[in-house]
Amino acid sequence: MSAPRSLRVWIFALAGMHAVIACAGFFAPYDPAEQDRERPYAPPAKIHFRDARGEFHARPFVYPMHLREGAFDQYAEDTAKPAAIRWFVAGARYHLLGIVPCRVHLFGADGARVSLAGTDGYGRDMLSRLLYGGQISLLAGLLATALALLAGLLIGAAAGYVGGWTDEILMRLAELFLALPWLYLLFALRAFLPLAVTPLEAFFLVVVVIGVVGWARPARLVRGVVLSAKERDYVRAARGFGASNGYLLRRHILPQTSSVLLTQAAILVPQYVLAEVTLSFLGLGVPEPAPSWGNLLASMQQYSVLTSYWWMALPALALTPFFLGYLGLASALQRWADPSNMKAVGTEGWR
Amino acid sequence: MRYLVRRIAHVVVLLFGVSLLTFLFTALAPGKYFDEMRLDPQIAPSRVAALRAEYGLDRPLPVRYARWAGAVLRGSLGYSFAYNAPVSSLLRVRARNTLALAITSTLMAWGLALPLGIWSAEREGRWPDQLITVATGALLILPDLVLALGLLLFAVRTGWFPAGGMASVGAESLPWAARMRDAALHLALPALALVLSTCPMLIRHVRAAFLEVLDSGFLRAAQAHGIPRRRILFRYALRAAANPLISLFGFSLGTLLSGSLIVEVVMSWPGLGPMLLEAILARDLHVVIGGVLLSTVLLACGNLAADLLLYWADPRIRTEGAPS
Repeated sequence: MSAPRSLRVWIFALAGMHAVIACAGFFAPYDPAEQDRERPYAPPAKIHFRDARGEFHARPFVYPMHLREGAFDQYAEDTAKPAAIRWFVAGARYHLLGIVPCRVHLFGADGARVSLAGTDGYGRDMLSRLLYGGQISLLAGLLATALALLAGLLIGAAAGYVGGWTDEILMRLAELFLALPWLYLLFALRAFLPLAVTPLEAFFLVVVVIGVVGWARPARLVRGVVLSAKERDYVRAARGFGASNGYLLRRHILPQTSSVLLTQAAILVPQYVLAEVTLSFLGLGVPEPAPSWGNLLASMQQYSVLTSYWWMALPALALTPFFLGYLGLASALQRWADPSNMKAVGTEGWR
Repeated sequence: MRYLVRRIAHVVVLLFGVSLLTFLFTALAPGKYFDEMRLDPQIAPSRVAALRAEYGLDRPLPVRYARWAGAVLRGSLGYSFAYNAPVSSLLRVRARNTLALAITSTLMAWGLALPLGIWSAEREGRWPDQLITVATGALLILPDLVLALGLLLFAVRTGWFPAGGMASVGAESLPWAARMRDAALHLALPALALVLSTCPMLIRHVRAAFLEVLDSGFLRAAQAHGIPRRRILFRYALRAAANPLISLFGFSLGTLLSGSLIVEVVMSWPGLGPMLLEAILARDLHVVIGGVLLSTVLLACGNLAADLLLYWADPRIRTEGAPS
């Protein structure tokens, strides 16, 4: 069965968005940790085509910004020194996809730092931090989803295939995890783990915590599929011919769980990205200086940032295209897996 | 009756499991409240040991669980190290604030979702339906964190609404009407954030439930008999479409305490959320356990309420276990 067009469109859109984040080093003009203490909280640079004398230029340019006399966050454009924006400029070194050493950036300005999305309190470029932050947030969501699905697959398959007491105990445990409000459970689990950790440790901690909390729903769904699959005639026939348990599971039963797992993945990834963002926003997730969408937003908790520096809220907007993509993917997958289910609500397990 | 007994027994087992689970998490995790005290050279180790003994932390695990569970059953959730006050009285004040916010927003969300969902299903495929589908889709991709931040930004920029808290400074001295107005203004944005984040999901479920029944034969027969459309929708179709909505309503009752956590933190609403967060950061474990337990109890009660309502509303469930 070939995938319908809507499914392909969503997959391409999501792949494109993920590629941009994965190649953050190329799309980001600067290193995300590079500070510029001369320019804290600089507003997004305006792109000009017309200079101070009113002449038109085909190549867009920006004016370098400097602090006004005596002010700490008021900026003036230096109209004497326009800096042209150029494509594919050499800049800070980075590793493309974490492997290939590289120093070409998509764009940059001659002789001036240009921050199209403004800077934060240390003068770090928000656009670069936003793109790099996406790497952490999305990777956390994807890994946590993989972990939850893997645990759910193993536990669900065990419960459905073995049956009896194993099934009873595992499913009661799953109900327990489903009954706990999951954000509270996440908090509680996080609460009892050390608070002061390095960003890398914190990252894996967040992934594991989210994955551990999330196994129950996929486990229940997988169990249902396995239960119905193992009673199919061809499976019983294969068993009659002497197929081992491992062969039956691998060859006949687990492949049937794929559409459930795919749909669950499309539902869970944005939910878990949001979980990471929430934890980091509250200071329980990935800490500074590593950027993540959550800890970038955390500065919005300061009243002064909220009132004066609106561009610090941009990471919140970055979330939405990904959520749109995954929501569309989830409903397209649901329709694909079950074409009769045209009335799919598309919000299962969303909250 | 067997159905009801089974459901209630289920809830009891569930609560036991949750209490055991939360207790084990806290007991086995590294980092204890008194650990930091032990690092402090000004506090003698014997003093820390005495405190540990006083709070019963030197006993073996099963004993601690039994004592804790016994206390919980008597209505005491333990003692907060950080606030130096009983957890239950702390939680009571905070839970009241959370409930004030959550009940308001839940009522508003359902009050909006029912007519909009029904309207959308009734005009399936035409412009009201398409408009509502697009709007709910747009809201669904905005997580509550983003909604709350956006509304807060709006409040701060326009100055039309207070940015956080539950009452203005000195509100107690205001006359009654002004105090109500002040409270309503403070409630407006957090409640709006919650309504906007829950309403789309509700609308879609209401729409799906109604689409399921709208083209069934008995409704067409009712229409052919000349029964007014409004009466058909709200008397006949609503009862037929009620089952999934009742389950959903039970769920939204159950999440009254836990659903508003993020919004509370962002909008600094003095509910359970901010306190839970502080308790986590301060390693004030009994507050965390109390909060989790309280919200789980409510979730279980919400599910139970949904089961009871279903039992009352749907005769098919009543006869399910009975010998026919």
